Amino acid sequence: MNMLILFIIIPIVMLPALWACRKEAQVRAVMVTGSTLLLLLSAWLTVDFISCRNAGNNDIMLYTASWPWYEKLNIALSVGVDGISVAMLLLTSVIVFTGVFASWRIRPMAKEFFLWYTLLSVGVYGFFVSTDLFTMFMFYETALIPMYLLIGVWGSGKKEYSAMKLTLMLMGGSAFLLMGILGIYFGSGATTMNIHEIAAMNNIPTATQYIFFPLTFIGFGVLGALFPFHTWSPDGHASAPTSVSMLHAGVLMKLGGYGCFRIAMYLMPQAASDLAWIFIILTTISVVYGALSAISQTDLKYINAYSSVSHCGLVLFAILMMTKTACTGAILQMLSHGLMTALFFAIIGMIYGRTHTRDIKQMRGLMKIMPFLAVGYVIAGLANLGLPGFSGFVAEMTVFAGAFEVNDTFHRTVTIIACTSIVITAVYILRVVGRILYGEPENEEHKKLSDATWDERFTIICLVICVAAIGIAPMWVSSLIADGTGNVLANMFP
Amino acid sequence: MNYIQFFAMRPEVSLLCIYLVIFVYDLISTGHLRRMFHPLVCISTLLLTFLTLTDTSTFTLFGGMYESNAAIVFMKAILAFGTFLTVLQANRWLRSANTSYKQGEFYVLLLSTLVGMYFMLSARHFLLLFIGIELASLPMACLVAFDKYRHNSAEAGIKYILSSMFASALMLYGISFLYGTTGTLYFGDMSALITGQPIEIFALVMFFTGIGFKISLVPFHMWTADSYQGAPTTVTAYLSVISKGAAVFTLFIVLLKVFLPMTSEWQMIIYITTIASITLANLMAMKQQFIKRFMAFSSISQAGYIMLAVIGGSTDGMTAMIYYVLVYMVANMAIFAIIESIEWQIRRAVKRDTLNGFYESNPKLTLIMTLALFSLAGIPPFAGFFSKFFVFMSAFGAGFKVLVFIALINTVISLYYYLLIVKAMYIKSAEQKLPAIKSSRYTLVSLAICIAGIILLGICSSVYGTIGNLGNL
Repeated sequence: MNMLILFIIIPIVMLPALWACRKEAQVRAVMVTGSTLLLLLSAWLTVDFISCRNAGNNDIMLYTASWPWYEKLNIALSVGVDGISVAMLLLTSVIVFTGVFASWRIRPMAKEFFLWYTLLSVGVYGFFVSTDLFTMFMFYETALIPMYLLIGVWGSGKKEYSAMKLTLMLMGGSAFLLMGILGIYFGSGATTMNIHEIAAMNNIPTATQYIFFPLTFIGFGVLGALFPFHTWSPDGHASAPTSVSMLHAGVLMKLGGYGCFRIAMYLMPQAASDLAWIFIILTTISVVYGALSAISQTDLKYINAYSSVSHCGLVLFAILMMTKTACTGAILQMLSHGLMTALFFAIIGMIYGRTHTRDIKQMRGLMKIMPFLAVGYVIAGLANLGLPGFSGFVAEMTVFAGAFEVNDTFHRTVTIIACTSIVITAVYILRVVGRILYGEPENEEHKKLSDATWDERFTIICLVICVAAIGIAPMWVSSLIADGTGNVLANMFP
Repeated sequence: MNYIQFFAMRPEVSLLCIYLVIFVYDLISTGHLRRMFHPLVCISTLLLTFLTLTDTSTFTLFGGMYESNAAIVFMKAILAFGTFLTVLQANRWLRSANTSYKQGEFYVLLLSTLVGMYFMLSARHFLLLFIGIELASLPMACLVAFDKYRHNSAEAGIKYILSSMFASALMLYGISFLYGTTGTLYFGDMSALITGQPIEIFALVMFFTGIGFKISLVPFHMWTADSYQGAPTTVTAYLSVISKGAAVFTLFIVLLKVFLPMTSEWQMIIYITTIASITLANLMAMKQQFIKRFMAFSSISQAGYIMLAVIGGSTDGMTAMIYYVLVYMVANMAIFAIIESIEWQIRRAVKRDTLNGFYESNPKLTLIMTLALFSLAGIPPFAGFFSKFFVFMSAFGAGFKVLVFIALINTVISLYYYLLIVKAMYIKSAEQKLPAIKSSRYTLVSLAICIAGIILLGICSSVYGTIGNLGNL
């Protein structure tokens, strides 16, 4: 029995279990049991993975297994993980777990909500454990479509518009991606769909790479909020219900960065190094433009959504630098941003659930009304702007240090430009914190509001612990990731 | 003449036997026996599916006029199974006041078209092919006009028969040119004599037009929307899946067996019609309010996707095509079964707005409808994703990269209009809610089969593997 396949089987088993539930309490029981199992499984996987590495097992992928599926077309269900996927699985488990608590009181149709939520997590887990082009693509799309109903039915604001926009843009991205995948498969001689075997052959003609690298990169880049394909993100995040925002910004957007690194660049290294400059410019725009847009927003979720655009842009920016430090920083940033944003969206959702507004002009002095949530917000904010001691600092530090390693004018210049986002981030975070948390409460209605309930406190505490743990003791996770990025880069440029 | 040859055509012979039994049963049955009529037809069509599958050997009969092999037999079985699903769904409609007295006629007409399709698939001679096509079309017109008291249905029947005859005439014209240049009607002899001279290209175009009408490719699609909307819903389902599937398969055979020397010519024709079908149908489908009309345009665009499998002309393409037809059948039949149930209850045509708030009154049907729509749109993990992927893969492998790209962009557009229905069902609230829909037991069985197909056909790779192992044509 392969351990990784459990990551797919557990959520799949949860689906019929949820369908059979009659009461809300049963639905919650299934969700808590399932997500706890997944969390424990990924924690165990992490420990086991590190001990395997310490024992001197230096294979690129561990726990590999492959079950032939469509043999005629060389499609197999292949699984395997390296340090990067382990980190991503851990992140997913934490977010799925806390997301369950963040949507503890979701109404109406709790059962249906969790059904689609679980289907989404099947897609995400499947994507991170697979090493086969077809199955990766299949899980990728599986993760996208539940978003439509999750936002459309349970969202707020102009939810129908946002849900449709998000789904169509992401599906448009995956149309590009499918082109890229077919290009890779046929370019490499149509003998295997396994990404490591394709990478080992390294026989895709350069002319083919020039066509299909941009398609694949843009395909994933749409999900990674690459400028100018990021416009779905603010609307989508703003309309989504709390736990969906968490899962989406926290995990789903990471699928984009992960795919760019693992498929686009890994399999087409020649085109990646030749065409990187185009995408570096685009991502630099993402980073700075996202941060600047966040300044001018007054809706809490929009601020955070644009901040996500900026931070996810930084992920793509860093992997394009193609140095080991920068790529490690990119994955760290994915991890750290996933946790921070989830925390942010969770707290915003909780505040919105009480005040029924997300407009920062209408809130004031929340620190006195709901101190727990307010403190959580401050922590999330500080982590987001990269305060030492939190995960954001570790990640951004590594990214910029790695980016500066590339020794030429172009890369140095864009790095310096991207660095300005740190300052801009501080501006929009501190402005909001000062505006809504401090001062005297003005709105009489708001004074009657209560602080966080137990399930909300639990969500926040879990996430804060994770953010702080990476910030205080970053070495174990960064060496875990460096192991993966090192292998990928070594394969790309032997 | 060796009459034993007739018995070698096992699918056709069993079909004809069933046909005769039903015909006689219709004449003699009364009272209790009459009530058993529908179950009897259901069982016999299911039986036919298995009987068809019993003999998968490759052989030719009547001096090469008739051919049978594993792939053809499998495709026939799919058609028979689709007919079984159609009959299941027709139950309530057939027992209603306006149709109950001509229940037997419906079965007989339905099975006549099936005989025609069986001969279309097996024909290796243009005469037999043409008879098959006509046998499949003429009773179809009666079926479309079966609700003759409804103005729409009669009009749809007339439209169908007129355009069908026109298409047949064109096809016959094309065949006559081929006969003129080669002096034979046998597929095998003809392909050796075809040189690709202009007059043969003309013949190809004429033939393609005739068959393109049956597949309802743009620009031969004009009849589709009206006929689909006017025909009784069960007939629409049959028309959109079975009739189309048989025509695509026939086209594939003729292109490979006869027009092989003119591959680049027909590839160009298919290239253009595919782009036109997918794109135009998608753009038109967005505007439709009536669900059946909407499904008509959706089926035109699906036909375009099937053509992606045909264009390569490879074995992979044939596998992908048969698989696509199968997957498309279960999804489409599920949707039409639900539409039929709703129409039966509310007694008027279903529009998109009618479905508003459908979720609140009918959560289970909504879920089935959603899964079927997702399958049509090609969303994993449902079967439609796999069939679309394989179709794209076969066209890409044959070198039609730009075509695949255009088709892929179109899947996004198609997703938009499929999601419009999902949105109506889940998100929009209705002023006037639909009542809880009660489907007949037969329809529920067909829905169960369809939903099992939608979920399992993709995940169980053995289905595709079986089709892939059928061998070449």
